[in-house]
Amino acid sequence: MVDKLNDDIGEEKRLQLWEMMLKLRLVEKKAYDLFLQNLIKGTSHLALGQEAIAGAFGVALKQGDYTFCTYRGHAHTLARGSSIEGVLGELMGRQCGLMKGKGGSMHLTDVDKGVMGSYAIIGAHLTIANGTALASKYNKTNEVSVCFFGDGTTNIGAFHEALNMAKIWNLPIVFVCENNLYMEYTPIHEVTAVEHPAADRAGAYDLDKIIVDGNDADEMLRTAEKAISKAREGKGPSLIEAKTYRHSGHSRADPGKYRPDEEVKDWMENKDPIKNYRAKLLDFNINEKIISEIEEKIKDQVEKATEISMASPIPEIKEIYTDVWANGGSEWHN
Amino acid sequence: MAQLTYRASVSLAIAQSMRKDQKVFFIGEDVGAAGGVFKATVGLLEEFGKERVMDAPISEQAILGAAMGAAMTGLRPIAEIMFSDFLAVCWDIVANQIAKTRYMSDGQINIPLVIRTANGGGSKFGAQHSQSLENWSMMIPGLKVVAPSCPSDVLGLMDSAVKDPDPVIFYEHKSLYAFKEEIEQTDLSIPIGEANTLHEGKDITIIGLALMAQRAKDAALILKDKHDINAKVIDLRSLVPLDLQTIKKSVIETGHVMTVEENPRLCGWGAEISSLISEHCFKNLKGPVTRVTTPHVPLPSADILEDNTIPSVELIVNEVIKKLKGE
Ligand SMILES: Cc1ncc(C[n+]2csc(CCOP(=O)(O)OP(=O)(O)O)c2C)c(N)n1
Ligand SMILES: [Mg+2]
Repeated sequence: MVDKLNDDIGEEKRLQLWEMMLKLRLVEKKAYDLFLQNLIKGTSHLALGQEAIAGAFGVALKQGDYTFCTYRGHAHTLARGSSIEGVLGELMGRQCGLMKGKGGSMHLTDVDKGVMGSYAIIGAHLTIANGTALASKYNKTNEVSVCFFGDGTTNIGAFHEALNMAKIWNLPIVFVCENNLYMEYTPIHEVTAVEHPAADRAGAYDLDKIIVDGNDADEMLRTAEKAISKAREGKGPSLIEAKTYRHSGHSRADPGKYRPDEEVKDWMENKDPIKNYRAKLLDFNINEKIISEIEEKIKDQVEKATEISMASPIPEIKEIYTDVWANGGSEWHN
Repeated sequence: MAQLTYRASVSLAIAQSMRKDQKVFFIGEDVGAAGGVFKATVGLLEEFGKERVMDAPISEQAILGAAMGAAMTGLRPIAEIMFSDFLAVCWDIVANQIAKTRYMSDGQINIPLVIRTANGGGSKFGAQHSQSLENWSMMIPGLKVVAPSCPSDVLGLMDSAVKDPDPVIFYEHKSLYAFKEEIEQTDLSIPIGEANTLHEGKDITIIGLALMAQRAKDAALILKDKHDINAKVIDLRSLVPLDLQTIKKSVIETGHVMTVEENPRLCGWGAEISSLISEHCFKNLKGPVTRVTTPHVPLPSADILEDNTIPSVELIVNEVIKKLKGE
């Protein structure tokens, strides 16, 4: 039931969220197509199905805020406003890529947009995100740091070290656990002592237990805005557990056969954040023409960005030797 | 002119850097009110307050992670890892994150931080509190590796390490904390990557680091007095960047080289130096490069065992005599 009279979000922001989520979805789909064409090598971890989480934060955050994400981070990077060709170009190993091919799919970084890196060793970035939050506190500026990670990450030590430190130092940070029910190929409940891998641990660090439907974009946006405001007002860290599901396998090579067909079908058909949000926009009497125009616009953007990426040259071999050190080079002796 | 211990030079070096630059802060376990387990950071909390001298929980990953994140924004953290052995519990942050992020981000991110840590044996602390681990960090592209052997080098190298735009691992030697030196002027700056000659000589080049550099110097004094051997002792001071030119120049003169390393034998830094010398000075060599190291064992604890494991002055003297006189 929609309560149009008490709508706290409003049409403008909803359309912003719609456009954002659609972009994340269509770019991931494009990335998948490019794999099939063998234009993207290596591995990649798609966030198809999880767009409402990165999308909501993308809408809620301000320029200057810091985000940290995982190897499953194409969406989180785009959500901060990084260019599509910057992301696809990096996946394809082209000069137009965000890091000109030096990082690849798992390490997307775009400092100008506040994307402080994508991290591929489970847990590390929670501790690093504390550092940007600490810097904001130290400098008495009011940026917020947000750190995204998966359910499996709650079982590594760095998660616990980071939460404790964030709490004792009252850091302006939001930790976002995207519980997609699986750590790689194993159901999270089989390897975790508690039912809610993040939320049930919150109390141990004197944090509120926050569980949200990560596929409900409006709820996600409200939760994000609340936690971000809290951090910005100097009231300390939050830990959010957002329930979600990935539509594809863990990574490129994974068909995801360990998941029951019924379960996959239920999430794809009944709980798809994008499909459901489109229906919600109509419930709110938003003109379908506007919704479709946004779809066309994004499709067009993705196609153009794909063309730019494919036309972009591959890196020069001499790039191997650059940027080990701040002097730009790689020499280690005189 | 004041006499300064290596221990006191550490806190002074940190204080001097913090006075010069508001961006510098210090974080570690028991470093504030307690002044550090080696008392090397006494007085910092009193001078700079809790905001800049932060006592952290026993969370090495979180300490270095926070230092890294802060450095990414332009702050210049100095983080302490109490014993270098504990680097093992936060090695992901050091080796995967701090070292590689600049490169992977195509230079978008700088990480100007210093990790200082108490390294090395001599205290009979056993195999998990005594290791010499410079070579762990030396082999990872993106890390600079410094190991001062005396108070003036602590002062000068800390100044450069804090100002350096790249991450620097700063290995302090536990057995040198009580080492004293007359120092006229404490506000020193020594470029990272310049070796120092501790003793002049043309018969053999002995290359050492930290405590081993000091022992090599003591050995050189004995060799000169009692055996008529003039050894040149090079204190590398930093492994990365490495002062290869100073090594080359001396090897061309002497033709004989010995490295003295505190680490176990396999893949110690001397192996890399030896390889560089054979590559760059092969024709100047009058014999093979000799490596004096601890044997390839974890460090034992008992007095007699530890003392006979880490290269001593006597061992260095004997090895040089054996090498040059075949005795
Ligand atoms: C320290 C570490 N251990 C193991 C891995 C291998 N690994 C990569 S992703 C992954 C699963 C992580 O699951 P989760 O945190 O739930 O994130 P998701 O992939 O579901 O987004 C594992 C085990 C790793 N990258 N780092
Ligand atoms: Mg998961």
